[in-house]
Amino acid sequence: MPAIRTIVRLDIKGENVIKGVHLEGLRVVGKPAEMAHKYYAQGADELLYMDAVASLYGRNNILHIVEEAARDIFVPMTVGGGLRTLEDIKAVLRSGADKVAINTAAVNRPAFLREAAETFGSQCIVLSVEAVRRGPGHWEAMTDNGRERAGRNVEDWVREAQEIGIGEILLTSVDREGTKLGFDTELIKRVSDAVTVPVIVSGGAGSAAHVADMITTTRAEAVACASIHHYDLCTVDDVKTAIAKSGFEVRP
Amino acid sequence: MITVVDYGRGNLFSLGQALGALDLRFRFTDKADELAGREIIILPGVGAFGDAMEQLRRGGLDEAIVKAAAGGARILGICLGMQLLATRSKEFGDHEGLNLIAGEVRRLPDPAPRTPDPCRIPNIGWRRTTLGGGFAAAVDLDDAPYFYFVHSFSFYCADPADLAGTIDVNGTNVAAIVGRGNIWGFQFHPEKSGQAGLTLLDRVLRAGSL
Repeated sequence: MPAIRTIVRLDIKGENVIKGVHLEGLRVVGKPAEMAHKYYAQGADELLYMDAVASLYGRNNILHIVEEAARDIFVPMTVGGGLRTLEDIKAVLRSGADKVAINTAAVNRPAFLREAAETFGSQCIVLSVEAVRRGPGHWEAMTDNGRERAGRNVEDWVREAQEIGIGEILLTSVDREGTKLGFDTELIKRVSDAVTVPVIVSGGAGSAAHVADMITTTRAEAVACASIHHYDLCTVDDVKTAIAKSGFEVRP
Repeated sequence: MITVVDYGRGNLFSLGQALGALDLRFRFTDKADELAGREIIILPGVGAFGDAMEQLRRGGLDEAIVKAAAGGARILGICLGMQLLATRSKEFGDHEGLNLIAGEVRRLPDPAPRTPDPCRIPNIGWRRTTLGGGFAAAVDLDDAPYFYFVHSFSFYCADPADLAGTIDVNGTNVAAIVGRGNIWGFQFHPEKSGQAGLTLLDRVLRAGSL
């Protein structure tokens, strides 16, 4: 198994990093540049920027934040939120991002994923999935930052997206997001088993032990945490140490 | 002075930031005649092989790079830019490359069925890279630094002597660094590989270790 990636997720609203619970009730937790530098110094393997409102209002105000970060942060960056055209993707990649995460525009028109993969390469197209549990063994994909129902079964949707040509999946459990109650390991296993591309797990971590336990149970290879870092419950290095203690490889 | 080839298919912004952070002088160009007589040429690249070669050919950049290489310029290909150095690629068809290092680009090995904890494809993430003895000594780096990879295809060298660094993907040694004479390629992104990547770029480009 390759080294586990410890990613920090920065949900952006306007000029601020925000954090909510179930992707709602957003609270300002800091400034993007300051936080990004802190996490880079702590050894973050990747930064994930999600524009929390772009999908709703149809704006892409995140470009200058990414460009600023790319000046002196030399780890990969993924950007999502409201990307709906090839021009949007091009603009984000030009700002220094390496990958783009797409949800709403893909659900509305799956062919958009194919066009994006053919234009920029599938390795930089990440399908963002916001999953809500609807019953035993059944999760529904949501759009618009967890607000709207897509009417798609999550497992079916990730399989279809992989077939179309995406390179990675960002899986967010809306039920657990921001709760610090631990991960929805059943969801993670289902999605990991449904696809062969890498899966980034997000939503639910309340401690470094939660992350290590989740990886031990699900064998996920990438995790993107927000609350535990933004609220100073543990550093990136704390998470990596816990993962390593469970017997997995991490980048020192 | 470093010349970075801009053919519309690379993350030039990040590469420029990394070179700038190292105080290395560089410029971007999309003109073939500006590659003549250059000391160091970087060929970045993200995307599909066939499309990238087409972009290079459009401006005569392919011939200009080959000519500069023959004239002794040091060429460094990064990610897809490294794969473009190969003789040919089997990515979505059969495409001719720059043929600066003999070899073929093929898909990464998929894991055997029911392999526990396989390396998923695309291979995305930080991989511990085993450096060849000669290369490790030349760049004076720890022999197993972590670099950031994101790729589904890999460079298979015709001559194993051209392999200067490898990673393990599903039980197979896969090219991380290829090199022959003045021609070099990194499959990973040094500009996205933290301090290890910056140190490598600095050693390779400034000291002329290659």
